[in-house]
Amino acid sequence: MPEADSISIAILGSGGAGALTAGNFLLEAACAAGWHGLLTRTVGPQIRGGEAAALVRLASSPVECLAEHFDLLIGIDWLNAHRFGAEIETAPHSLVISDPRGGDLPPVVGRSGARVVEVPIKEMAKAIPGGRPNMIVLGIAAGLLGLAEDILTPVIEKRLAGKGAAAVEASRAGLKAGMAAVADLDLGRRLAPAEPVGNAKRWLVSGNETTGLGAIRGGVRFAAAYPITPASEILEWLAPNLPKVGGVLLQAEDELAAINMIIGASYGGTPALTATSGPGLSLMMEALGLATASEIPIVVIDVMRAGPSTGIPTKSEQADLNIAVYGFHGDAPHLVLAPQSVGDCLFTTQWGVHLAETLQVPAIVLSDQFTGQAVAAIDRPADIAFVGQRSTAVDFSGTYKRYAATAGGVSPMAIPGTRGGQYTADGLTHNERGDPTSSESDHRAQLDKRLAKLEQFAYGDHWATIEGDGELAVIAWGSLTGAAREAIQRVCRSGLDIRLLAPRLLLPVQPERFAGALAGVKRLLVVEQSHGAQFHRYLRAHYDLPADVRVLNRPGPLPIKPSEIEQAIMRWSS
Amino acid sequence: MSAIELRPTCKPADYKSEVHPIWCPGCGDYHVLMAFTRAFAQLGLAPENTVVVSGIGCSSRVPAYTTCYGFHGVHGRSLALATGLKVARPDLTVIVASGDGDGYSIGGNHFLHACRRNIDMTYVVMDNRVYGMTKGQPSPTTEPDFDTALSPGGTGLSPFHPLVIALASGANFVARAFSGAPNETASILVEAIRHPGFSFVEILSPCVTFRPDEREWKSLVHSAPVGVTHDPAKAARRIMTDDGFNIGILYSGDRRPYQPRMEGQNVDLADLEKDFEL
Repeated sequence: MPEADSISIAILGSGGAGALTAGNFLLEAACAAGWHGLLTRTVGPQIRGGEAAALVRLASSPVECLAEHFDLLIGIDWLNAHRFGAEIETAPHSLVISDPRGGDLPPVVGRSGARVVEVPIKEMAKAIPGGRPNMIVLGIAAGLLGLAEDILTPVIEKRLAGKGAAAVEASRAGLKAGMAAVADLDLGRRLAPAEPVGNAKRWLVSGNETTGLGAIRGGVRFAAAYPITPASEILEWLAPNLPKVGGVLLQAEDELAAINMIIGASYGGTPALTATSGPGLSLMMEALGLATASEIPIVVIDVMRAGPSTGIPTKSEQADLNIAVYGFHGDAPHLVLAPQSVGDCLFTTQWGVHLAETLQVPAIVLSDQFTGQAVAAIDRPADIAFVGQRSTAVDFSGTYKRYAATAGGVSPMAIPGTRGGQYTADGLTHNERGDPTSSESDHRAQLDKRLAKLEQFAYGDHWATIEGDGELAVIAWGSLTGAAREAIQRVCRSGLDIRLLAPRLLLPVQPERFAGALAGVKRLLVVEQSHGAQFHRYLRAHYDLPADVRVLNRPGPLPIKPSEIEQAIMRWSS
Repeated sequence: MSAIELRPTCKPADYKSEVHPIWCPGCGDYHVLMAFTRAFAQLGLAPENTVVVSGIGCSSRVPAYTTCYGFHGVHGRSLALATGLKVARPDLTVIVASGDGDGYSIGGNHFLHACRRNIDMTYVVMDNRVYGMTKGQPSPTTEPDFDTALSPGGTGLSPFHPLVIALASGANFVARAFSGAPNETASILVEAIRHPGFSFVEILSPCVTFRPDEREWKSLVHSAPVGVTHDPAKAARRIMTDDGFNIGILYSGDRRPYQPRMEGQNVDLADLEKDFEL
């Protein structure tokens, strides 16, 4: 049987059928056995009875995106599969496992020419006391991938321990039955042996979880929370973990309250954060401007979903770039950062807290549903030293000027409780002391100061990922960085040199570094998940681009695949 | 209020900053500011441990006029900002200054939830039944027939009843004061700040510019005929049936204030990642 570097499996079912659980168990077992992998979820709006799919990619080396096709598609049922047929592409080589009582196969699957094999999944589950179809599916997937039963069993025991011995036993029986049902079938390919894992500990985590950890590592000790898909997991991870380190999470009555609560906490000296998605970010814009004007450091994580308005709450897009960069009224310099992978959510969030605290400015961190809710096996990221270090005022000899013009633009901040440092933080234009003013010179002086502190700061090499060489460069950001990297790796195998540039720091812009990163580049391919090509327009507004630019853009929720980027490069190179 | 260091030697003048108020001559808010400084002096609050938080409007200018720490934030969100501050810094005395537009209209939702949370802070609303800073539009407490450019012939809407809403939402202390009686107002503020949990003080504070009729308030206000009650139902009935000019502490409850603990459990940061391990 030929070996494949990666195999992709999609498990579908109605919401509540347990497709995501089966996918998670499969990923955890394969990764515990040494493979690498990633799981993303695609779900409908219903909590129960809608549609849900676990999209799992297992690989011999680390992967950060989905592949173009699913090699194995298993349907617990097909009742709602038509709603996301486009997201589950099969090919002639694909194997589809279908329950004859699970409804009609989506036409798009039939048209792909994939081989279809019927397995009575639900009937088999019924034959097991307490049996559930999703564990039969787990057995089917394990059997076809050649994963041994003793790799799966510990995961079942660990994850279902809380449900009692009977549940564990029923799941083990389901696993066995599923494996037995496909004993005579083969997938036509098997997963290449995993590359040796280094000494680093390995994590199986979601981007939303690593974001939470990055926040705490950066020094955040106060979070305000208003639930929103797909950001709630960040807040739900912080809720039990912040108190362990002397922090607190407070549920707000709305996003307007959440953002103002974190401004209050930070004004009191406690580094603070909230997490939201597009609709919440829209509500927070006014107070983000307040934080900019009053120079209060805060961090807002935006886990982007398809918009505008309510959009598609459960699915990814990169279309909040414009509001994050341009959404403030007035001239309001601030930070915008974007993590590039599940692991990078930790780094970027931690760095974001550090920068916000150091520069006394709000930071917006643009994650997205894909990265936030993806679960991936990653090497434990290296520890970094970035911890929020705010310049606080302690010396009050003479008149204290909260907003004094300093060389770097950052003025020492008095924290309530400090005698002699009393001032009023204000969204009104103010003078150096903080007193309201409508004078032209005070207004200009403070605008200059707030711009200067961001422009003068040395952000270091973390501003972007820059890889490779060559006259053709691919520029992407956020969660598409992984797909761009994989595409470039494939193209490079055919001897081409392609450069990758993925800015992690989107504001303030870094024209000199950008020019350096693109030195010698004659053709630039812009890749982004936005209908309006927001990233391309942003690049045009702020940077000098080569004469030859092409744009590969598409709205969510269908992620841009490495193969599409590869084809775009090849078309241009030939 | 917080139990930290007091400054009994401070006089009212020590709480008054050098920033000159923007208020119109005769504005009731001057007397509210006077009541604030007298109350702070009576309590001996240390200015550096006291924070006055506000939103937008004439009343919200108060923070900069004191020598305490202050935050003049965005319109309607002062309670949310103060909530974050007090939860993160329970050692501070937090006082929120607002008006009828800022507090009851744009900030209405936060009012409900601040009462419900019952965090230890004092919420002072200077009610002049008009938007003064934007020149005379009707607010949620404006009478239905008040004729304005924005509401020709009046809104035709019944005014909002903030004290009853505060009671129904769980406020732990409800009082009404009149700016024209700064000593009495100061005494009420002293009790409000001392009282644990969320204390709500509505101060009738005339806008002589857009509501010259409110000059009459000084002849309409009177002390509440009965003393404070600890029964919210009784308090609600009294407030619903009084003439709106009863001055005094109208309700005082004993609900436990909400204050999540922020002491660390000395967990090593490395322990937080244990659940991530494969």
